[in-house]
Amino acid sequence: MELTLLFLPLLSFIITGFFGKYLGDRTSEIITSLFVSISAVLALIVFYQVITQGYENNIVIASWFHSGSLNVNWSIKVDALSAVMLVVVTLISSLVHIYSIGYMSRDPHKARFMAYLSLFTFAMLTLVTSDNFLQLFFGWEGVGLCSYFLIGFWYKKDSANAAAIKAFIVNRVGDFGFALGIFLIFYLFGTVNYNEVFQQIPQKLNNELTFLGFDINSIDLICILLFIGAMGKSAQMFLHTWLPDAMEGPTPVSALIHAATMVTAGVFLVVRCSPIFEYSQLTLNIITFVGMSTAFFAATVALVQNDIKKIIAYSTCSQLGYMFFAAGVGAYNVAMFHLFTHAFFKALLFLGSGSVIHSFKNEQDINQMGGVWKKLPYTWVLMIIGTLALTGFPFLSGFYSKDAIIEYAYLRGNTAGYCAVVVGIFTALLTSIYSWRLIFKTFHGTYNNKKLQINTMHESPFVMLAPLIILAIGALFAGYFFKELFIGYSSSDYFWRDSIKFLLPLSSDHPPSWIIYITPIIVILSIPLSYYLFVKNKTITSWLKEENQLLYNFLLNKWYFDELYDFLFIKPSKKIGIFFWKNVDIKIIDKFGPDGISNLIKIFSNKAVKFQSGFVYQYAFIMLLGFSALLTYLIII
Amino acid sequence: MIDIGLGHYLTLGAIIFTIGVVGIFLNRKNIIVILMSIELILLAVNINLVSFSIFLNDLTGQIFALFILTVAAAEAAIGLAIIVVYYRNSGTIRVEEINKLKG
Repeated sequence: MELTLLFLPLLSFIITGFFGKYLGDRTSEIITSLFVSISAVLALIVFYQVITQGYENNIVIASWFHSGSLNVNWSIKVDALSAVMLVVVTLISSLVHIYSIGYMSRDPHKARFMAYLSLFTFAMLTLVTSDNFLQLFFGWEGVGLCSYFLIGFWYKKDSANAAAIKAFIVNRVGDFGFALGIFLIFYLFGTVNYNEVFQQIPQKLNNELTFLGFDINSIDLICILLFIGAMGKSAQMFLHTWLPDAMEGPTPVSALIHAATMVTAGVFLVVRCSPIFEYSQLTLNIITFVGMSTAFFAATVALVQNDIKKIIAYSTCSQLGYMFFAAGVGAYNVAMFHLFTHAFFKALLFLGSGSVIHSFKNEQDINQMGGVWKKLPYTWVLMIIGTLALTGFPFLSGFYSKDAIIEYAYLRGNTAGYCAVVVGIFTALLTSIYSWRLIFKTFHGTYNNKKLQINTMHESPFVMLAPLIILAIGALFAGYFFKELFIGYSSSDYFWRDSIKFLLPLSSDHPPSWIIYITPIIVILSIPLSYYLFVKNKTITSWLKEENQLLYNFLLNKWYFDELYDFLFIKPSKKIGIFFWKNVDIKIIDKFGPDGISNLIKIFSNKAVKFQSGFVYQYAFIMLLGFSALLTYLIII
Repeated sequence: MIDIGLGHYLTLGAIIFTIGVVGIFLNRKNIIVILMSIELILLAVNINLVSFSIFLNDLTGQIFALFILTVAAAEAAIGLAIIVVYYRNSGTIRVEEINKLKG
């Protein structure tokens, strides 16, 4: 069953990727959607078994590497952690496949698009089901590759190509750290299999290595390197710049890859490696710090963006920050819970925004929208559900997971935890404001689009709405139904078993009640506040903008990260590249290499050509001279 | 009266040979002259052969000379035939204008 689950997406990629031209668009769409949906059903069955029977399995498909002491298998590891990821990945993926049938209906390359989506699903499944770091890395790179393909799917757009390259290169930075981490693990433990590595951790606690001239605890170093990988993939601060640009890709891609699944791979990595991270308090503090700065930073940027997808992209970035600081304060299960609920509502928001974009004929600027809630009633309702869930409106899924993060951060009881609480609550307020700003500017107020008549607006087809409805159900109820299972205080049949390790059992105290009540209250109060600010009385916002022009520009330009990186890395490397091209390549290598040799041959052959006069008597003379010289030589010898 | 010895014959042969050789590459006008020069070289060789044959009392040299005469006749015939064909094709047999071998 697990084999079918894993290989159906690959099969559907092979069929539509290689034979899509002969099958036709409609067949390709049906095949991919069907296969991935079957996978999703199987994943749900596996998940059910894991919940009810505590099912765990490790199926070894084949041996991949066998060299000296390095043994790496292709395997499918099923435990609670990977079961959760399986459900998230296949479910969102199948819904996105179905949604794409409607969304890409005007695109000429449907089969290719569906094939990439399926390939992505396969890569993501190998990532989450691996039982060793190398297969994890394979899946990691596989999803990166598919992300590159799909961001650059509209390859005729320069901006899409640039964004795809940017995503790829920024991810290389993270992957470099990740690869170093894996090397270090092999160096230290002699194996890359999770179980063997995790068992050996307690014996290696005091091992020290010299790295860049510092003596550093090897466990800390491993964790930091792995976390750098996670930062790249999950778009954490400093390596986040690719995520907003990745919105150049089609919207279903943003929903699947850049909201629900691939970007959460970093969180998955940290949770999967919890047996290592638990021993490195230093790294956990770094994770908390990076997570909360990302959450805060991305939320502030999202406040002023005007592109509907970029707002949601920064929101994703911010929510990933939440997941990371949840992991950083040691509440891995809460991080996974937020990952799980976030997948639903963020995919819902993305697909909903896709529906809006589809209706507006590829308009993404929210200043060009407004007042269309009556025209797009279903999309409007679904987007509101997504927004409520995202902001953590009471009893929706985001409420349970986000509040749990803040509570556990408080219960951790150290400085990092308290900082995280403050930042978390403040970010929740910002989240609420920018989300409602999105809703109000898109659906309410006056209609601002000059290119399209409001009468031509129409609701998206059912094939696009149906996945949204399923996601909305998830966004509404996933938190309520799964909270006991994921983060239950007193669950006797402990769901996570060995997949997550806690050095100290999580505190089961109840946090003070103000912590529990403050976030929902802020969130509810911010709805009328946003309504007032963005619909009723726009003078306040424009006044704020005028008064704080500097701050506004700072936020609008995303804290000038792109400019900074341009100045620090891109320009110097361009200069170095041009220097090597103009001076080393052209002036040295080419001059003395290929060009030099060919010029030399030309000169010599021009000289040699003068021997050939074409006159018979000269040839005869030379022949004779040669003959007599030869004869003289023979006679003398 | 000078006694004509081997040296005289060989000197004659050498002179004729030199005339032939010089005739080949000093001549700029007529290709038939080249052909004639080649004949002269062959004749010089013949003189050498015959005179050695007499002075050494060995008939082989004279037989060789006969062979050479035959071959020279055939060669002259072929050479003339080539010249005729060449003249038909290019309209000239001036040595200066025969430079098609130039690369």
